[in-house]
Amino acid sequence: MNNSSLIMIIVGTALVNNVVLNQFLGICSFLGVSKQMKASISLGGAVIFVITIASAVASLLYDNILKPLGMDFMKTIIFILVIAALVQIVEMFLKKKSPAVYQSLGIYLPLITTNCAVLGVALNNVQDGYNFIQCVTSGFGTAVGYTIAIVLLAGIRSRINEKDLPKPLRGAPIVMIAAALMSIAFMGFGGLVL
Amino acid sequence: MKKYLERLWNGLIKENPVLVLMLGMCPALAVSTQAMNGIGMGLSTLAVLVLSNFVISCLRKVIPDQVRLPAYIVIVASLVTVTELLIKAYIPSLYKALGIYIPLIVVNCIILGRAEAYANKHTPLLSVMDGIGMGLGFTIALTLAGMIRELLGAGTVFGLRLLPESCSMTIFIQPPGAFLVFALIIAVMNAIGIRTRQRKLVESGCDGNCGLCQSPCESAAPKTEEEQKGGEQA
Repeated sequence: MNNSSLIMIIVGTALVNNVVLNQFLGICSFLGVSKQMKASISLGGAVIFVITIASAVASLLYDNILKPLGMDFMKTIIFILVIAALVQIVEMFLKKKSPAVYQSLGIYLPLITTNCAVLGVALNNVQDGYNFIQCVTSGFGTAVGYTIAIVLLAGIRSRINEKDLPKPLRGAPIVMIAAALMSIAFMGFGGLVL
Repeated sequence: MKKYLERLWNGLIKENPVLVLMLGMCPALAVSTQAMNGIGMGLSTLAVLVLSNFVISCLRKVIPDQVRLPAYIVIVASLVTVTELLIKAYIPSLYKALGIYIPLIVVNCIILGRAEAYANKHTPLLSVMDGIGMGLGFTIALTLAGMIRELLGAGTVFGLRLLPESCSMTIFIQPPGAFLVFALIIAVMNAIGIRTRQRKLVESGCDGNCGLCQSPCESAAPKTEEEQKGGEQA
């Protein structure tokens, strides 16, 4: 296990294969929360936290319990339960420690459970046969990629809101067009060979 | 009977999960590279949605209110696992094409959204019809997007060549194309919908369905998961 391959995983998951713009995971909250800059940053933080821990726990469970028992097919059920429990813990923690952040995240905090990015990373890691450290790294990289994308989009949206758009394009369509342009920009990272 | 047909219509057009409610965008964007994949994904989701609506509706009086979400998730995850294994066994080509997006049906917001918004309040039969309507709406949206993307990106529809290869714009089968095509489909739906919805609103007054309402309504009820997302385009 050398360091350069870990760096490659981080760059690969955060930029080249950006979870939102390239793999389309976590679109719901990406389009929903990016209305406000502040909420996007705190959601990004929460997602980094949840995804990193979730991929660690999922990797431990898969390697030590599911695989030896030959219960591969249970992975979807087990992973989603782990994620739901984790989100619950984060929610209780935030409610107590920082009510302001808790308020601004609103409905999207419990919705991290159904954020496909979390389950997607866990399943992807297992599929790629990553070991524990690689799983944590790729989880962290993915979540950073998510945060980058959502914060950038929040910035773009705050400018879009000031413009007078044709009525049918208002709301979701223009945001998705902005996302398409971001996605084209992120395709440029594809040329990044480490 | 009318009630049942109304459910179908509701899912197909009025509250089309992808194009109107903006639920389940992730698989919609990801697998719509080809029309065939869209149909496959749509029908798999339809099967899970109908079964989960049925099971949840049957159990709606048994499941305690406080633990209903975890219970729903377990039900949906089990159904998805069954579906995944069936697809793997019988349609391996589809399994390969859809890949990780099959297990990800678990976290498709449409399924939990319908369980929460519809199935836990209505009879099993009505819930099944709701599931069929929503599932078909999802399938149609995905197939439509898949056809547009396949036509523009590769010049084919369902594998049939309609445009010469030199005309194809690869960007449409790459990730940015998904965002572009869906943005344009939704914009067209909005353009058609804005007028009819406004007329209906005047006729019927507020029906409490804030997800579809375009008017800046002050008295909006506390938003549920589904409305929150539906409201995005308002």
